[in-house]
Amino acid sequence: MATSQAVTETGVLELRGIHQLYGTGDAQVHALRGIDLTVKAGDYLAIMGPSGSGKSTLMNLLGCLDVASSGTYVLAGSDVSEMDERQLAIVRNREIGFIFQSFNLVPRMTALQNAELPLAYGGVRYAERKRRAMEALEMVGLSHRADHRPQQLSGGQQQRVAIARALVTGPTLILADEPTGNLDSESTHEILAIFDQLAAQGRTIVIITHEDAVGDRAHRVVTISDGLITGDHLHADKNLEPVR
Amino acid sequence: MKFGDILLSALRGVTANKLRSILTMLGVLIGVGAVILLMAVGNGSAQRVNSLITSLGTNTLTIRANGQSSGSQEITLAVSKKLAAAGLGHVKLVVPEATTSLTVSSTSTSESDVSIIGTTPAYFSVSTATIASGASFTDAEDTAADKVAVIGSTLATELFPTGSALGQAITVDGDSFTVVGILATQTSTGFTDPNSEVIAPITRVQRSYTGFGALTELMAEAKTSGGVTAAEGELGVELNQLLGVSATTSSNTSSTGTATGAAGATGAGRAGRTRGAAASGATSASSLPYSITSASTLLSTAEASATSFTVLLAAVAAISLLVGGIGVTNVMLVTVTERTREIGIRKAVGATRGAILGQFLAEAAILTLLGGILGVIVAVFLSQFEIDGTQPVIIGYSIPLALGVSVAIGVFFGVYPAGRAARMRPIQALRSI
Repeated sequence: MATSQAVTETGVLELRGIHQLYGTGDAQVHALRGIDLTVKAGDYLAIMGPSGSGKSTLMNLLGCLDVASSGTYVLAGSDVSEMDERQLAIVRNREIGFIFQSFNLVPRMTALQNAELPLAYGGVRYAERKRRAMEALEMVGLSHRADHRPQQLSGGQQQRVAIARALVTGPTLILADEPTGNLDSESTHEILAIFDQLAAQGRTIVIITHEDAVGDRAHRVVTISDGLITGDHLHADKNLEPVR
Repeated sequence: MKFGDILLSALRGVTANKLRSILTMLGVLIGVGAVILLMAVGNGSAQRVNSLITSLGTNTLTIRANGQSSGSQEITLAVSKKLAAAGLGHVKLVVPEATTSLTVSSTSTSESDVSIIGTTPAYFSVSTATIASGASFTDAEDTAADKVAVIGSTLATELFPTGSALGQAITVDGDSFTVVGILATQTSTGFTDPNSEVIAPITRVQRSYTGFGALTELMAEAKTSGGVTAAEGELGVELNQLLGVSATTSSNTSSTGTATGAAGATGAGRAGRTRGAAASGATSASSLPYSITSASTLLSTAEASATSFTVLLAAVAAISLLVGGIGVTNVMLVTVTERTREIGIRKAVGATRGAILGQFLAEAAILTLLGGILGVIVAVFLSQFEIDGTQPVIIGYSIPLALGVSVAIGVFFGVYPAGRAARMRPIQALRSI
């Protein structure tokens, strides 16, 4: 069980001097103004901040959906900031598992097909794919809903399928963007319980949220405001035990 | 991503909006079907013309006087006999024809403007006319200029509506002929009705009606269908000699199948008259007192016009195929816009540009291929029916051609929408509704 002691240690994820600018001239927005952040293997990190603070921009950078204007980003030992579009796609496929606020499952595809989608793009063989996707669905307790399409599932169930899809490749980083933002309190509790379980297994998790209830479950909370990190606290004494 | 996966996700895309996919396919269906069917119609009408011409007899040559005797002799019965006796290597028969048009009557009724063909019994082996009942007049009857006749089937029933015409007497301009034979019904290939004619010995027809001057035409039969051109040449050379035509007038330009080219060349060597001929060699074929036509020359002319007809039809149909292809682009653009979010999700979980491009291209290809296959089926079905009097005959290569073109159009017109999908940035795609 990893708990953070020294932030300066080399981690699976390292941001150095990240700046992000959008637009040009008068319309230019300085979304991130120099972010330095290290996340170590097994960290359960919450990034918190009000809207407009730059946390979504940071999430896009961490998820390799966007490239920073300046600064370096090293993920699992490779410098992502130098990569081209194709290499980024491969990194997203192998190193990152996404969980979105609006679930983002592909309609017309069953839970199982959604869960195995990253494996399909990773070129994994058919039978192997089915087996691993089924395992992932089992892990989130949805193997009995494998043949259901997203529109036949509740919000909480859809988000669990999305978690299964994020887990299926065994990624370096699980990246969740407001994962409970569209859910009722019961489903929120279910989803957070799954995150605790994953953290207990030693997975590296980064959750972006503005809900204190979510931030309190994390082992480490980074607060961000106006494109700068304003706080970095450890909750080492809290949530060491998985919450049931 | 494997090929099968791409195909599967493409299929899922096609079935996502069934009505729209069906309507798009309909456009391609009409295009492909029109190309195949219209080419089949063109081909069918070409074959019909060909079979009509072939029914004239592909071995048959027709020698016709041009009417302008530039000092040379006319084609008379004597010339015909000499030509037949000349022993030409590729010519089997030469048959004279003297034709006129007169009123023919039986005891009860009469027909005006009936063509009277004076000829020899060999006529029945050269022409397509066959005798259904009775027999031809004989060579002896021909020599004796007997008043006997073979008549067409329509004429027979018109003159003798109640009974057989065989053995009955018909009156042609005052002379009474005995009907010895009746022709089988034939399809008309020219301006005259072959079922309404009177065929009688040429000696009799000349003596009673046409006189002993120029004949209307000569028919000749080549020994083999491959020897038609050679026969043409031989006849030309021989006729030039018999009619006293200078070889210099036989130049080489002709599209109507006159015997000029071969005649000029061979004639030169044989008669040695051609020294100095080259100087005036540009004289046109019409300066010959006769022209020789054969079914094969008619055929090649007909084939050329049929080909351009078919190409014209195919071009019209190709336009509808193009319109169908543009329909595919249109639908694919809508699909890509609608599924922007899905594209974003796929990119987030690791789809490369190539995988997205492949998925949407495959979708366009499936739409056009299915539409194309349905178009082939519809075209094959419709070609079973006669269209405007023509039985369409499907050209074998038109099916793979139309199918291939339709899929190529699908891929070509799918490239732009698919490229747009592939180039989308994942964050923007995910942000859309």
